[in-house]
Amino acid sequence: MSLLELKNVSKIYGSLHALDHVNLTVEKGEWLAIMGPSGSGKSTMMNIIGALDKATEGEILLDGEDISKKNARALTDIRRDKIGLIFQQFHLVSYLTAVENVMLAQYYHSVPDEKEALEALERVGLSDRAHHYPSQLSGGEQQRVCVARALINYPEIILADEPTGNLDEANEEIVVELFRKLHLEGTTLVVVTHNPEVAEVAQRTVVLRNGRVDREMINENFTGKIKHITLQ
Amino acid sequence: MFVRMIAKAFLRQWKKMMMIAFTIALGASLATAMLCVMMDVEDKMNQELKAYGANISVVPKSASVINDLYDVGDENISGTYLKEDELGKIKTIFWAFNIVDYAPFVSTQVQLENGDEVLAAGTWFNHHMDLPTGEELDAGIASLRSWWTITDGQWLDEKNPGSEAMAMVGSACAEREQIHAGDHIRLKGKAAEKELEVAGIFDAGGEEDDLIYVTVDTAQELGDLDGKIDSIEVSALTTPDNDLARKAARDPGSLSVSQYETWYCTAYVSSICYQIEEVITDSVASAVRQVADSEGQILNKTRLLMILITILSMVGAALGICNLVTASVMERSQEIGLMKAVGAHNASINALVLTEVMCTAVIGGVIGFYAGIGFAQIIGHSVFNSAISIRPMVVPVVAVLVVLVTLIGSIPAIRMLLNLRPTEVLHGR
Repeated sequence: MSLLELKNVSKIYGSLHALDHVNLTVEKGEWLAIMGPSGSGKSTMMNIIGALDKATEGEILLDGEDISKKNARALTDIRRDKIGLIFQQFHLVSYLTAVENVMLAQYYHSVPDEKEALEALERVGLSDRAHHYPSQLSGGEQQRVCVARALINYPEIILADEPTGNLDEANEEIVVELFRKLHLEGTTLVVVTHNPEVAEVAQRTVVLRNGRVDREMINENFTGKIKHITLQ
Repeated sequence: MFVRMIAKAFLRQWKKMMMIAFTIALGASLATAMLCVMMDVEDKMNQELKAYGANISVVPKSASVINDLYDVGDENISGTYLKEDELGKIKTIFWAFNIVDYAPFVSTQVQLENGDEVLAAGTWFNHHMDLPTGEELDAGIASLRSWWTITDGQWLDEKNPGSEAMAMVGSACAEREQIHAGDHIRLKGKAAEKELEVAGIFDAGGEEDDLIYVTVDTAQELGDLDGKIDSIEVSALTTPDNDLARKAARDPGSLSVSQYETWYCTAYVSSICYQIEEVITDSVASAVRQVADSEGQILNKTRLLMILITILSMVGAALGICNLVTASVMERSQEIGLMKAVGAHNASINALVLTEVMCTAVIGGVIGFYAGIGFAQIIGHSVFNSAISIRPMVVPVVAVLVVLVTLIGSIPAIRMLLNLRPTEVLHGR
């Protein structure tokens, strides 16, 4: 059953077609990577799927519900209830500790529960850093807090925009490993990346070019484990 | 979580919050000081304006007609008098609170021992009255003639026993008759002869310097004028005249019912005169126009000035808050965008920001209020030489002003919050 379906979705800024009649389907539990060069429409698609922005035309079905015509308030509710967002820049609140940053998503969703937030941090291997502020955490640790925050409300789908873009190789592996675990647990993942190594570990890769789906690739040897290419 | 976020936001941006609190404190202190002074200024001005003397003169009706016809001044040549036992009624009129002082006058011709004729005027010096309203009042020329200079001796104090056997002599008369404070003078009226001790010699700088002032009872006894009064001088706080007051002064009967009510319930000098005429039988009360007008105008201008300062201080505070809160929101746009991205509605974020600003406003408002009370006391001591009493009404008024100014100052920031799109701040587009 499709969790997400884009039908002829376009996003037009003046004369620029950031997305041009895109059709895409994401199955429940699938791990999809979206690739493409700069300006290909990756982040625009991410914003539209993540209910952060509205399409100019087309239909977006999330869990069978058309969200393309929803108003800003309804889109906020959809983000809160069904979507977990991970950003390249982490976007943690600087004056809240790691656990409080996780609880922030709980607070706007339902009721903050510190115990549950600590468990989420434990899942990403950060239980010992729960009471540290973002400035006291490494980039990889901050991104793991971001993953814990995205997971805390048990979303239908996790959208990650360049999640390893600001990470070194070791932290990149840790984050991808987290995604693999989440995938094994049945979480639907959509990861936007320009890094082929990160895209290759997904089940399926969609390549965008000039706002259109250029090609799709199925990873027949899907393991969810990253293989770094060492240049000689 | 909400409280935790507020507390941590405070700690993180304490410098900015302090600036906001300081701005509010500045506005609140000025508003508090001006409101305290404005609410208390009436009493202070009462004391100050007593120096201008009486602004309403009450005479018997027939004396008024003769005066209008022949312009004979203050002399009572009509042979009609006001009733002494009605004097207390002046403090029972609708605008009784605005009557700050008054004194009756009764004059009689007397002869000194050497045969010289002189006019003896009976009046109140500092006459104590227990009013039917329960109020107490010390009225008389001691405060109505505050410009008099005592050149020898002291003011006649009616509270002292034996004051009815005392007199105050004008400087011209004292010089002519070689009278000094402490001397005993014998006055022979048409009905009685009395020996009085001179309490003091005064210099009024005018015709009064030729008179001898005695108590009302003494003058009445000397002239066989028991229970009779020539005139009354009243010092009242008044509102400057407008067209309605001028129309009413010409003929109160020409007013419509609603105009009459408005006029009667406003402290115009003409309406106070009218009300005095209602309680004093066969009297005509008329305004000493220049004094009455200038008193009301001074009071109104002082109030207007204070209201303007209050408004300007609050506008200044609102502009300051506007800049500071907007800068704070701009600085936190990514954090706010993130909150929206994870499911915060505009209302939740507005509540968060407004709570932060309001908490700061409360701190600034309280500091400003107490500073304002201090400023008010400085103003009181430097301008009126006395403390300004703090009316409880100032507290809610300042609180409402602070809340309003903070809310108004936060409007641009709130608009920015409402229009902030997460994609713009989280992805830079």
